[in-house]
Order: sequence, then C-alpha cells, then structure tokens
Amino acid sequence: MAGNTVTRAQLSEAVYQEVGLSRNESADLVESVLKEIEESLIRGETVKISSFGSFYVREKGRRIGRNPKTGEEVPILPRRVLVFRPSHVLKDRINGELSAKQPE
Amino acid sequence: MVKSELIMRLAERNPHLYQRDIERIVSTIFEEVSIALARGDRVELRGFGAFSVKRRAARVARNPRTGASVSVEEKFVPFFKTGKELRIFLNSLRDTPAPVPAAAGPATEPR
Repeated sequence: MAGNTVTRAQLSEAVYQEVGLSRNESADLVESVLKEIEESLIRGETVKISSFGSFYVREKGRRIGRNPKTGEEVPILPRRVLVFRPSHVLKDRINGELSAKQPE
Repeated sequence: MVKSELIMRLAERNPHLYQRDIERIVSTIFEEVSIALARGDRVELRGFGAFSVKRRAARVARNPRTGASVSVEEKFVPFFKTGKELRIFLNSLRDTPAPVPAAAGPATEPR
C-alpha cells in the first residue's frame, strides 16, 4: 500500500494550520488528546469517537501458551488488551477511496 | 467516554483555550488520521499505537442460511496495534490481578 507514515509531527502541523495556536502549543495539544484517551482507557472506560471508531479494554483470562521454539508450556497470565473497532464511516471511507484507485 | 466528554475534559485542563478551539483540535486529529488511512498510509503514534490498513483478498463465502456461494470482493480494513508503552501501562495499574507464581501452576512435564 502507498507506504507513507504519518506521525505526531503531521498531526501537530494540521492542528497548527487549522487553529490559531503556535506550533509548540499545537504539538502539546496533540499530546494532551492522546494522553486523555490513554488515561480514560487505563481507568477501564470505552472511548467512542463518532465516525472514527471506538477503543475498549478487554480482560483476557489466564491460558497456557507454548514457546514455539522449544515446545515448552508457559502460562500466559491474565491481562488487559486494547481493542479498536473502526466505525462504519471509517471503513467505508477507506474502501471508497482505496479500491477506487488501486485494484492491486 | 465519547468525543464530547473528551473535549470537556481537555477544556477543564486548558482553561486558557476556547472550547470551540479544542473541538477543532480533536476533530482535526481524527480527520487527519482518517484521511491518511483512506490514502493507504500508516499512522504511527509512538507509545500510543499505530493505525494501518490491511487488505482482505477477494474470496468466495457462503450464505450461512442458504448455503449459496457468494463472492466477496477485495476490501481494505483499518487496523490498530496498541503501542508498547500503552500496553504495559494498561496492565500496570489497579485491579490487575496479582501475577500467579509460575511454580504454582500445574506440572508442565512434556508428554
């Protein structure tokens, strides 16, 4: 696929262009948004962003895994994982725009 | 937490900003990520996670009720991989069950 990578730098730049704040402040705000989302998830909340998707925390139970190299059984402890469910709007946007121009 | 609550919380922490601006900041961020994904780009936010687009090949599926074959076209799906720091952070706080000592587990003799 196209193969470019977007990072915090581009997000800050977009915020800078869109809102009348300094570049520094824009970068800080991007960081604050991510942080606020992280903190909410750590509290176990679901974060729903309309027309984008939702992030939620799933509790996984203990299970027995195996070291694929040695075949040794290793217990995998209960843990929490983050799951992202894209909204239909996002899925449709991705398909509308990608499949239109690249049959691959 | 929904988008409006996210905006409210950010507004509380940034009393020097107009709520209207915070709304635009939040929307711009998700809009940029969506545009990038629609372009087929990857969005990598170190510590938080990375969004990418995965291709699902065309396949012949079945209607589970009638058993009839249906061809499903190739499609692209957004995918998110949690960042390392966030993954660790999620497991380091509060009600995470205390790790069970490995030795206490059932015998692991190979059969």
